[in-house]
Amino acid sequence: MEHIRTSKVEQVRLLDRFSNKSTTGTLHLTATHLIFVESNSTSAQEIWILHHHIASVEKLSLTTSGCPLVIQCRNFRMVHFVVPRERDCHDVYSSLLRLLRPESYDELYAFSYNPKQNDRQREEGWQLIDLAAEFERMGVPCDQWQLTDVNRDYKVCETYPRDLYVPITASKPIIMGSSKFRSKGRFPVLTYFYQEKKAAVCRSSQPLSGFSARCLEDEHMLQAVSKANPNTRYIYVIDTRPKLNALANRAAGKGYENEDNYSNIRFQFVGIENIHVMRSSLQKLQEVVGTRALSVTDYLVGLENSGWLRHVKAIVDAAIFLTRAVTVEGASVLVHCSDGWDRTAQVCSLGSLLMDPYYRTIKGFMVLIEKDWISFGHKFADRCDQLDGDPKEVSPIFTQFLECVWQLTEQFPQAFQFSEWFLIQIHEHVHSCQFGNFLGNSQRQREELQVKEKTHSLWAHLLSGQQNYLNPLYCPSYGYTNPVLEPSTLPCHFKFWRNMYHQFDRPMHPRQSILKQALTLKENNRELESIAQNLQAKLQKLGVSTSPLEVRLSPRECALPPRPKSLILGAPFSRKEVHQEDEDELVEGEEAREDIPVGSDGDRTVEGGSATENGYGELPLSCGSKPEPAMGKLELCLKSM
Amino acid sequence: MEFAELIKTPRVDGVVLHRPFLPLVEGTLCLTGHHLILSSRQDNTEELWLLHADIDFIEKRFVGSSGTIIVKCKDLRIIQLDIPGMEECLNIASSIEALSTLDSVSLMYPFFYRPMFEVIEDGWNLFLPEESFKDLESMTDEWRLSEVNRDFSICPSYPPLVVVPKDTDDDTLLKVASFRHGGRFPVLSYYHKKNGMVMMRAGQPLIGPNGRRCKEDEKLINATLRAGKRGYIIDTRATAVAQQAKARGGGFEQEANYPQWRRIHKTIERYSVLQDSLIKLVEACNDQSHSMDRWLSKLEASNWLSHIKEILTTACLAAQCIDREGATVLVHGTEGTDSTLQVTSLAQILLDPSCRTIRGFQALVEREWLQAGHPFQHRCAQSAYSSGKLHGEAPIFLLFLDCTWQILRQFPCSFEFNENFLVLLFEHAYATQFGTFLGNSAAERATLKLPQKTVSLWSWVNRPQEMEGFVNPLYEPNSLVIWPSVAPQSLQLWEGVFLRWNRSSKCLDEAYEEMVHIIEYNKELQKKVNSLRRQLAQLETEGSPLHTP
Repeated sequence: MEHIRTSKVEQVRLLDRFSNKSTTGTLHLTATHLIFVESNSTSAQEIWILHHHIASVEKLSLTTSGCPLVIQCRNFRMVHFVVPRERDCHDVYSSLLRLLRPESYDELYAFSYNPKQNDRQREEGWQLIDLAAEFERMGVPCDQWQLTDVNRDYKVCETYPRDLYVPITASKPIIMGSSKFRSKGRFPVLTYFYQEKKAAVCRSSQPLSGFSARCLEDEHMLQAVSKANPNTRYIYVIDTRPKLNALANRAAGKGYENEDNYSNIRFQFVGIENIHVMRSSLQKLQEVVGTRALSVTDYLVGLENSGWLRHVKAIVDAAIFLTRAVTVEGASVLVHCSDGWDRTAQVCSLGSLLMDPYYRTIKGFMVLIEKDWISFGHKFADRCDQLDGDPKEVSPIFTQFLECVWQLTEQFPQAFQFSEWFLIQIHEHVHSCQFGNFLGNSQRQREELQVKEKTHSLWAHLLSGQQNYLNPLYCPSYGYTNPVLEPSTLPCHFKFWRNMYHQFDRPMHPRQSILKQALTLKENNRELESIAQNLQAKLQKLGVSTSPLEVRLSPRECALPPRPKSLILGAPFSRKEVHQEDEDELVEGEEAREDIPVGSDGDRTVEGGSATENGYGELPLSCGSKPEPAMGKLELCLKSM
Repeated sequence: MEFAELIKTPRVDGVVLHRPFLPLVEGTLCLTGHHLILSSRQDNTEELWLLHADIDFIEKRFVGSSGTIIVKCKDLRIIQLDIPGMEECLNIASSIEALSTLDSVSLMYPFFYRPMFEVIEDGWNLFLPEESFKDLESMTDEWRLSEVNRDFSICPSYPPLVVVPKDTDDDTLLKVASFRHGGRFPVLSYYHKKNGMVMMRAGQPLIGPNGRRCKEDEKLINATLRAGKRGYIIDTRATAVAQQAKARGGGFEQEANYPQWRRIHKTIERYSVLQDSLIKLVEACNDQSHSMDRWLSKLEASNWLSHIKEILTTACLAAQCIDREGATVLVHGTEGTDSTLQVTSLAQILLDPSCRTIRGFQALVEREWLQAGHPFQHRCAQSAYSSGKLHGEAPIFLLFLDCTWQILRQFPCSFEFNENFLVLLFEHAYATQFGTFLGNSAAERATLKLPQKTVSLWSWVNRPQEMEGFVNPLYEPNSLVIWPSVAPQSLQLWEGVFLRWNRSSKCLDEAYEEMVHIIEYNKELQKKVNSLRRQLAQLETEGSPLHTP
């Protein structure tokens, strides 16, 4: 590759983010990855960093030990290298600067990634998710909703998909008129149909109402949505923006629906902040939790000041509002924000997840993302900074959605088929540009890029490894008994998602994981069941009849006394058996810890817990006795007495 | 019976009970000497039995001719009773107030409680110092059991038997006792089998403004050092606080006199600060406001998690000195009955796998809290809803349990007990039918004749049918020292205690049951497979395959 100025630098030190520990190794630069291989160690750890994952690279001023290079990744990894020679450091730095900001799509990893699959397998991967089938599952088309071909050629709205569902009574002129009255032509279309009450969730962008403009076609459009629902005479219009923002938009000829012009609408602001606020909020959060020797006070104050959890709660609140309107009142709802591809996507998808158990399965969640995010044109390329673009367009909107889902999985540990590892993996690949699914800003663009012809689908990749992402406590019947989730939105039920934002900071994680343990046991149970069946079959051949395996009833059936227990679904799981820890005992200075998590592409590091890594305090070093060799490396500042 | 005088209205009909996340119950309210009972007198509805001792605070409200009593319990639950009739309501309220604040220990419920179960194993005899000394003897001969405090005259807060260095005679102990706060001379707290290092605890040395010195004290603790090695003194107070203590007759070990020791000061807060922290935390948790900022700032302002972090860090430091540095450690604060015990007991949980078993944890509580003289009665007299003047109330023990929970969260497979067990200890430390947590010291317990007159909590807990609910299904013995993370991102609010009554636990309960189910099913399958294998092997060795048509 012409951009790589140096492909290998030796004697590079990797500093730990939160302690003074460091390891030495060799840095390799390839066309796709930056790789650090630890030298002279039995467990030679390797860190693989995909260029696309690098958010920023910084070269700090030269120190006596070398030239520091700090790399921040979009998957929240932070690495701090010290390169012995400044020249080498500069070469790596300038190579990376070029590599991490590709100028054209064809430079993205997805177009060169080859997982040793033949074309048939690749094509099958793209056929896994079928949105037409999904709308059919919801019961659409039906007597009130139909598929329209107005956008067959992306003529009406280039950021929408080709296939759109609208009320039967919405004629083409109405659609065309309405689309002209909406930002970017994003007129109201169906995204979810709540069959039980024939209530629809529709989405759009803001109307171009300014201070007084009106559009009869748009008004008709909303009326058509309303008429399609026999339950209620009104529909809700949820503007997900804070009222102030919507008002400001009016001055620019945009704005929100005037209740006087639209008959039978109930208009509601829900106050979710814009992409710029969200971007700086997560930045603040990252700064706070990246601080060394962070005190509880600074942590909590920082958490509050970042506003991150407040924003997450606002989105969940909005989704609950939507869900209640649809499932309790049976009313149809139109959701929009400004352009209708950020907050609207968050609220519609989260609302659907609350209403429909299907979206809480692995496959269903993929469908949900495919529908509300990919097909409806969430601007992944801009938001995730896939190409060298406008930094003001970058925003963690999708990350925020994944976090909202995680918050729900914490409240409903049995409702989701997947574990947080699934969410983290999706997050990983939204930024990796390794698969074609999230490339570009719209379906149209993806077609132009020929992603289905030239790249692989993430969904196939995730489904092939789905046993890693299963939630062992998932109860399939939960969806029948609790079709609609009603989460608590008291602030104390929102938590900091440590396993996302500190996914690479191993010392911060629980050292043993309930999730991993339960997953292993469940797998083991399946094996044992088949062994038992084989044995029984053999015995039967020998003429011995055995009692059939009893499948025990889930404890769901027995009434439980109300008693609080909190379940800790903690760290990522690993293949390493728990028994291994007993063996660790033999190794001097080993601690009880987890090992390399699977489900990653091998680009995770192993970091065990140790007394000093955790920085419990200042131990005066000169204490008569020689420190153990293991302690030699560790900083033990002398504290005068 | 004196109780009768305090009960002005023993019975009211038509009382409505409101409890969080449970349906209303209408029924008859009865007051007995020790309980508040509400029964709907229908077969299938629940009754409420509340110990008066569990009531922390009550509020009265009146609307028209009926009144409402809001009962705030020490286990942090809040219930509401709607009582028809102003006078009845007033009578009930004043009776509850009187009965929940009885002064005399001997009027407490444990003295009246008769177990409905057969005591198989008397908890009062389970953890005798003689017995645990036998274990120590099998590992080392450098320590002896001293009876110097047999009549509690040397140190009123110590038990009759204490473990001290072998070469230190009782006369020396007498002199050292006079040099240590409350007579708490250094005693053995923990022996680390792996490397023979020890942890001791004591009261602060009484250096005073003039720099008093006690050669016997120096000699005693030096006797625990290995040749050429130095030890660590962990003072749980900030340097400035320890300095101030000198003016009041206390202080800390001067390096000139203790050259073989390195002193480290940590900042674990004392009781009034901690009590205040608990009150603020619970207030924040009960706040129904939907503002995220308000919640986070209240959580921060309570400082509870800061205290957790500080205590855990100090315990980890002590464990690090012992296990990694191979050094002897002496821990003390001021009295040596509060923060000192938090540190020594938590360090043992990290270092000693046996403390992570159910029995081992009971032994730890018995040894490092009850025998070691933590004043439970004073500290747990009031909980988070207390108001007005406090008399040494502080959630010292609750903080210890919370820290244990934090470690349990990080090592969910290394503990034999589950969260319920910790919650149980919290409840019983504050209000109980058992005698275990009554009194402030071994001396007081002896005077009250608790072993003869009351039932031990352990007698009840250790029955197989009770134990079942406290066993962690994920437990696999882990013989290693465990090092938890103390980063703020790794610490969490203990929802099982602080949000227990503010959330519906149904989903979490069911998930937990599912977890248990997976594990039990695994055991069953394993058994089944083994028996099938045996059956098959047997048939094959018999070599006579039976072919049935």
